[in-house]
Amino acid sequence: MLTCKQFLQELNDYLDPNTDPDMKRRLEAHVTECPNCFVIVDTTKKTLEIYKGVEPQTIPEDVKTRLWRALERKMAARKCAQG
Amino acid sequence: MSLVPSTTAPDVFDESALVAKARAGDAQAFTELVNRYERKIYRLAKHITQNDEDAEDVLQEAFLKAYEHLDSFHGNSKFYTWIVRIAVNEALMKLRKRRGDRTVPLDEPVDTGEEMVAREIAVWEDNPEQRYSREEIQQILDRAIESLKPDFRTVFILRDIEEMSTEETAETLGISVPAVKSRLLRARLALREKLTRQFKRKGEDAFAYL
Repeated sequence: MLTCKQFLQELNDYLDPNTDPDMKRRLEAHVTECPNCFVIVDTTKKTLEIYKGVEPQTIPEDVKTRLWRALERKMAARKCAQG
Repeated sequence: MSLVPSTTAPDVFDESALVAKARAGDAQAFTELVNRYERKIYRLAKHITQNDEDAEDVLQEAFLKAYEHLDSFHGNSKFYTWIVRIAVNEALMKLRKRRGDRTVPLDEPVDTGEEMVAREIAVWEDNPEQRYSREEIQQILDRAIESLKPDFRTVFILRDIEEMSTEETAETLGISVPAVKSRLLRARLALREKLTRQFKRKGEDAFAYL
């Protein structure tokens, strides 16, 4: 059986749905036997889920205003150049 | 070619039509693309640079450059992937400049050397997202990312937040596929460690799964 250290090194493969089935079985065998690694897998999955689930916040108003001013200048300059 | 009106709900379906219009000089179409992605690009810029002023510059530069070089976007990748690449390059330049200025604080990664560690092993409380306010969660997640070394956090952001593939991430950052994989693993483990400290189940039932 894999050691915990070996398992940790392959954790990305374990989380990757496209991993080779043989490797997946060896990793699965470790997780079912090792409560610590089971918790590590579970909390790593939750870590990824929580990051993926957060929507980006609104941009501060002043930052937004300056972005649009810069874009308007650029667009106006292109219009002028095209005559 | 049928153009989908820009008033439809934003989705991937009408994006190629929007990009085509923007390339043909339709300012309104480009405006809509900016509206669609500005928040994500700003978040990406803040995550990588960890500096408000730099993030604002990156946001502006990314969209100005995209506008300027729309002709060179051939539509063989998604517009969003293209703009992310521009923004990442801008953000990395800012980061290098600051590193050169020696104003980037030294990081203290959870793990040292090449070895992977998992010190904090405990189950989480149920649904931490519901126990904290949105702002609190945001702060916890941002702080954890901030504590990673720039090389690690950039890979994590591209792979796990922006959901780029390993190959796209390697290409964008100019590093090898194995380097992406090893940095991603260390970043994930370090973040897991930090979030576990925050979200672990308190008290005697911490090992209730046994």
